Amino acid sequence: MTSTPGSDAPTDATTPRPADRGPLLRFTRAERWVHWASAVLMLVCLATAACLYYPPLAELVGRRRLVMTVHEWCGVALPVPLLLGLGSRALRADLSRLNRFAPYDREWLRAVRQRSYRRPAGKFNAGQKLYAAWTGGAVLVMLGTGLLMWFTRLAPLVWRTGATFVHDWLAVAVATGVAGHLYRAGKDPEARRGMRTGLVDEGWAAREHPHWEGR
Amino acid sequence: MRAGGEGPPVGRRVVLGMLGLGAAGVAAGPYLQRAVEGVASKDPTGLSDLLPGGGGFRYYSVTGSVPVRTAADYTLTVGGLVDRPTTYRLADLQALRQRRIVHDVQCVTGWRVPGTPFEGVPLADLLQAAGVRPEATAVSFGCFDGSYTESLTLDQAQREDVLVALRMQDQPLGHAHGGPVRLYVAPMYFYKSAKWLDSITLTSTVQPGYWEHFGYDVDAWVGRSNGRDDAPTG
Repeated sequence: MTSTPGSDAPTDATTPRPADRGPLLRFTRAERWVHWASAVLMLVCLATAACLYYPPLAELVGRRRLVMTVHEWCGVALPVPLLLGLGSRALRADLSRLNRFAPYDREWLRAVRQRSYRRPAGKFNAGQKLYAAWTGGAVLVMLGTGLLMWFTRLAPLVWRTGATFVHDWLAVAVATGVAGHLYRAGKDPEARRGMRTGLVDEGWAAREHPHWEGR
Repeated sequence: MRAGGEGPPVGRRVVLGMLGLGAAGVAAGPYLQRAVEGVASKDPTGLSDLLPGGGGFRYYSVTGSVPVRTAADYTLTVGGLVDRPTTYRLADLQALRQRRIVHDVQCVTGWRVPGTPFEGVPLADLLQAAGVRPEATAVSFGCFDGSYTESLTLDQAQREDVLVALRMQDQPLGHAHGGPVRLYVAPMYFYKSAKWLDSITLTSTVQPGYWEHFGYDVDAWVGRSNGRDDAPTG
């Protein structure tokens, strides 16, 4: 059989791009559980806080002792999912990624300030890194000040007044932060899919997280 | 290569920074709180009520919903160890000698409302009218929210600055403030001033009230109980 010559000119056929390689694992099951358990506890803390604090809601809901008990126990439980999650190698690796700032993270922050759309990022962008660290720190401060308010004999009164002050104001800041987190998630269906199913599209990852080394 | 590389540990620094700021905030909190209250007290817009610690009263109720009572269906009973158990309607209470007292209100959770006028019938008058029997040593109070209770020793209850209050801030007591009738115990933390008062019972021993079952002091003098050192109100 004789060989046939190939075509001289390009054909109409489309070449599949590497972006269509199929879905990519972003979060393991353990990581998603840690995220959603923390999310539920955080939202219950914020909702009960609003019922304890904001007078119209306080009048609507009442049941002060019950709401207080739910708030206290959800607050104490809030760090538990993450602590349990430390048993997962993938989660520990992601924590280490969140911790370290690469040169492209500074570039990302600069791009945000200059409203530029060239925003390089690793598996997590600089905004996600800062949000994770800030929220982690805030949860620890809320836990400490909350315990001072809960166990009133733990410390002298001036500490308790200060703890109440910090707890009140930081609560507003945390609520703002969580609202921002939800807003960003609301605008990015692929990021939501990543946290819901664990899988993301390769094209999305290439666009949003070009320096993600496992990509 | 390690995941995330070898860049500076900014995440850890942010967490430690938050802990440091939190500790500094706890130390500076009492001064900052006073500053916030100072600003909020001069705010004519009322927007500062939305801020933490912005001043003013906060609504606390231990039940899901509290029935509304008006002059038409409100009653206050005085009973227990008395010679003449009595039931008062709102109009009956309004016809008695009224006393007006202006003191700060101090909540055990920290908020304080300066110079708040309360007006009502001195509790001592109602006790005297009912005829307290010799074996009575304490008074317990019940509320029409169905759950809240409070108590005083007989000596405390007979102080001139303990009122069955009908008016607050020179207006009839609204429902949110415990109306139409609440207890007002001027020298004690505000949880003693039971809202939605509907029964006064003379007893032979002090019956600890609602929050007192959860560790609050029964003798709740402002500045001398509950581990607090607020300036006295009474």
